[in-house]
Amino acid sequence: MDIFLQQIVNGVVLGSVYALIALGYTMVYGILQLINFAHGDVLMVGALTGLMAIKAVQSFMPDAPGWLLLISALAAAIPTCVALNVTIERMAYRPLRNAPRLAPLITAIGLSIVIQTVGMIIFGRDPQQVPRLMPAEPFMFPVGEGEVLITATQVLIIAMAVALMACLVILVEKTKLGRAMRATAENPKVAGLMGVDSNRVIVATFAIGAALAAVAGVLVASNYGQAHYSMGFMPGLKAFIAAVLGGIGNIYGAMVGGLVLGLVESLGAGYIGDLTGEVLGSNYQDIFAFVVLIIVLVFKPSGIMGERVADRA
Amino acid sequence: MNSFTNQMTDQLTKLFSNKWLVLAIAIIVPMILSNFGNSGLRALAMAILFVMLALGLNIVVGMAGLLDLGYIAFFALGSYTYALVASPHLIENFEWIAAMFPNGLHASLFLMLPVCALIAGIFGVLLGAPTLKLRGDYLAIVTLGFGEIIRIFMNNMNTPVNITNGPKGMTLIEPPGIGDWHFGMGLDLGFYTIQPLMLFYYLFLILTIVIVYVNYNLAQSRIGRAWVAIREDEIAAKAMGINTRNLKLLAFGMGASFGGVSGALFASLQGFISPESYTLNESIAILAMVVLGGIGHIPGVIFGAIMLAVLPEVLRHGVEPLQMSLFGKVMMEAEILRQLLYGLAMVLVMLYKPKGLWPKPQHEDIVAATPTAGAAVAGGAK
Repeated sequence: MDIFLQQIVNGVVLGSVYALIALGYTMVYGILQLINFAHGDVLMVGALTGLMAIKAVQSFMPDAPGWLLLISALAAAIPTCVALNVTIERMAYRPLRNAPRLAPLITAIGLSIVIQTVGMIIFGRDPQQVPRLMPAEPFMFPVGEGEVLITATQVLIIAMAVALMACLVILVEKTKLGRAMRATAENPKVAGLMGVDSNRVIVATFAIGAALAAVAGVLVASNYGQAHYSMGFMPGLKAFIAAVLGGIGNIYGAMVGGLVLGLVESLGAGYIGDLTGEVLGSNYQDIFAFVVLIIVLVFKPSGIMGERVADRA
Repeated sequence: MNSFTNQMTDQLTKLFSNKWLVLAIAIIVPMILSNFGNSGLRALAMAILFVMLALGLNIVVGMAGLLDLGYIAFFALGSYTYALVASPHLIENFEWIAAMFPNGLHASLFLMLPVCALIAGIFGVLLGAPTLKLRGDYLAIVTLGFGEIIRIFMNNMNTPVNITNGPKGMTLIEPPGIGDWHFGMGLDLGFYTIQPLMLFYYLFLILTIVIVYVNYNLAQSRIGRAWVAIREDEIAAKAMGINTRNLKLLAFGMGASFGGVSGALFASLQGFISPESYTLNESIAILAMVVLGGIGHIPGVIFGAIMLAVLPEVLRHGVEPLQMSLFGKVMMEAEILRQLLYGLAMVLVMLYKPKGLWPKPQHEDIVAATPTAGAAVAGGAK
């Protein structure tokens, strides 16, 4: 097995997931300058409602095909997450839109805890098994002397991510709503004067972010074969780092940042043992994202594609 | 509801603004509790430890307005620093250390407190430094990440060299003491024997008083006023000649060092530490204390910390039996309920009472309370 190429493949898969989540962060940040800490937990809700839908379908149709399960999972997860995220915006963020900056941040972290705890109450403490949606045996590609393995689920993740991001780009660049979003991100007041209903734009932004997180949640759950109440925390944190890496507020940045972070993590985890003379093992995988964050903040805080980050105050 | 809470806070303020009364209560309560076994005393000692942590976090969040979501990491640094030099762990794992200290490592807690403060402070400054030029949000993410990273290191630094003993944690950490006597033996005054847990409590109380004193003086000093200025408007503060970089670093450092001190105290109280005790949920709990009590208001923060530290005990001894009697089983464990309430408290306080349950008196109120000053100000305004 060719380790380098294998890690690249894994990294692209991981990166696609990060990119999907990071888009939700970066769009909200672009418009409201708010870190929606609850975003990762929206992903968790997506994964667990998806799992419930899968189980419901399986109880009626014990040998339902994988594609049907996937569609039913998404059909349950996306509306739930959209409703949740829009409710959060309406109840918790909108009243604080002109409050001191600390207030929405604290509310966001509080909401994240509330959603996680409610998730734990509903779905239990222990990780739940997610049925296999895609055939298990991986595709093998001979490369040089070794070979690279890609599972069907991984292919699905990459394909879904690419398709969704393409849709998003079309939405943002070509539609009226997209233009309104860009205008609001640029300057909310002037956009309002030009007749853009900023509240509608903000709700739409939260809804789109939630839908992407829901898809990411279902995909992550089926990739790892399990789902639990705190599964959203780490991917959420890392996706935010991906958004910063790409340049926060910039949707292309989020895509690139997600991919780069996925690759860094995957390659890092693959080679950390060799690099450090076996002192650090792959159980330190989670520190890479953090190291990347510090490096970006010190050397290029605007990220790969961002323009402004300095305090607008 | 608003007028009711206002009345409540007015009464509370009047009652607890008398610091001698508060001090008397703080001294007497453990003596009463000591008659009912150790669990109450332990809860009390932990509560006062949380007061210290909340006051430390209040410097960063309340005074300087910088959100720190990984505060427990500094607490962990303090704990592990003390545990390493006051437990047999290093001796058992490193022969050269055992050779250097044939009698074992027995660092005194009192000597280690400044060291722990220093180490935690340095980490605080290092963490804050990359985010100096950026919006405060970035500090939230960096500290959140750091909190997790510290835990990863604590969990995994048992191989290839065993430094932290990994998930199993470190045991046999020594209680504080002087010479041959240590806290575990209690203190016999002849007419009254102070139990070990009470000794810990009083030690924590003394340190808390020191910290409160330092906090008050900081708040009223040039530094404290500069922090408030930075919190309210950084650009304006800079224009007024405040060195925002150094002062922000000082806030990170000071906040972190309080965390480090509390961490060492925690390790000496428990005698056992493991990465389990330093999760994100604990960071959130401390933040909830600051937010609930009143961000930036020292008595409020103390009040919030005591309330939320006692809450788990109330839930365990009150709500779980209540559920038993109502539903015949425990529907919601106290631990889960606690978590839920912490989260809700932060959201609801921010939405409906952003200054906390015991907010800082507004400047106008203080002026109005002293008639002559009020008249002078009113006259000056014309």
